[in-house]
Amino acid sequence: MVDSPILLREQRYHQIKALLARLRLDAAARLVVLVEKDGQQIAVHGELGELDTTSLASLVAGNVAATGGMAKLIGEKEFPTLSHEGDRESIHISVIGRILLVVVFDERSSLGLVKLRSKQISQELSATFAEIERESRAGAADSALPFGEITDEEIDSLFSQG
Amino acid sequence: MTFINYASREINCKIVYYGPGLCGKTTNLQHIYDSTAPQARGKLISLATDTDRTLFFDFMPLELGTVRGFKTRFHLYTVPGQVFYEASRKLILKGVDGVVFVADSQEERMDANIESLYNLEDNLRCHGYDLMKIPYVLQLNKRDLPNIITTEAITAELQKKGEPVVEAVASTGVGVFDTLKAVAKQVLTELRKS
Repeated sequence: MVDSPILLREQRYHQIKALLARLRLDAAARLVVLVEKDGQQIAVHGELGELDTTSLASLVAGNVAATGGMAKLIGEKEFPTLSHEGDRESIHISVIGRILLVVVFDERSSLGLVKLRSKQISQELSATFAEIERESRAGAADSALPFGEITDEEIDSLFSQG
Repeated sequence: MTFINYASREINCKIVYYGPGLCGKTTNLQHIYDSTAPQARGKLISLATDTDRTLFFDFMPLELGTVRGFKTRFHLYTVPGQVFYEASRKLILKGVDGVVFVADSQEERMDANIESLYNLEDNLRCHGYDLMKIPYVLQLNKRDLPNIITTEAITAELQKKGEPVVEAVASTGVGVFDTLKAVAKQVLTELRKS
């Protein structure tokens, strides 16, 4: 058996997007991404440009998993924040339960400001994600889910579309 | 863990390619990458050593098509096969929706296959998963080499639960998409059950 799916409804998605937009403004960040600990991108807000946020989400999750493994080796539960500072662009990651808040910023902001604003918004994000998890558990048992009655033919047709 | 986004109408699932060192996990992903239209796939990220051995993981997102108005995207990962990267292998299995075990068909790699398969079961158990219940495919790779074990013998040794067994030559692409299809189909069927 695998874990039950996470269901992100439109209302929650827009709620999260609004929180990310606020953080981006308050932290003067280039981009804010919310990632599930297993590497799935939940939402993104900001100057995307050519940035591949799917790969970024996967690498952030790998990064957090690896440093979490290191933390355990030295007797820590986890490292709640990670920062990577580059010449022009930097990344700050906050571990908030099962979600990872990723802020990409440049010289328009500072690590101190990003840390502060990330911390301030983490409680709201955590509460919203707790609601998403609760709804996912309830939704998984909901026969109205679009995939509850998916047919073998529909699954097969997926492989002939490409 | 499957992630269903109703706002962007997307289903995202995670598939992990597992197996002993040099069995062809990365080659599977490389072939999928090379044979898929650019609009259907993202970048192939390889965290590898200077000698092209997987250090942490390879990653590639792949969009298969639309079902019930939802885009289906599979996130394909490989684990590092070398024995001493145990900690990394365990991390990558977290949240997995389906597993492909890539076995090396060469006679001298049989012990490595068996060890890796036991290791897979152990590492899945660490995350609370049971190999017997998870979407799973056994790929018999390198069927083009001279010193291989017969399909019957390797299947008898490695098949766990009647899972689909696919013969492959990942370096030329033989069996690569059949393997992916077999595991993806199981993942979507599982989603229907949940």
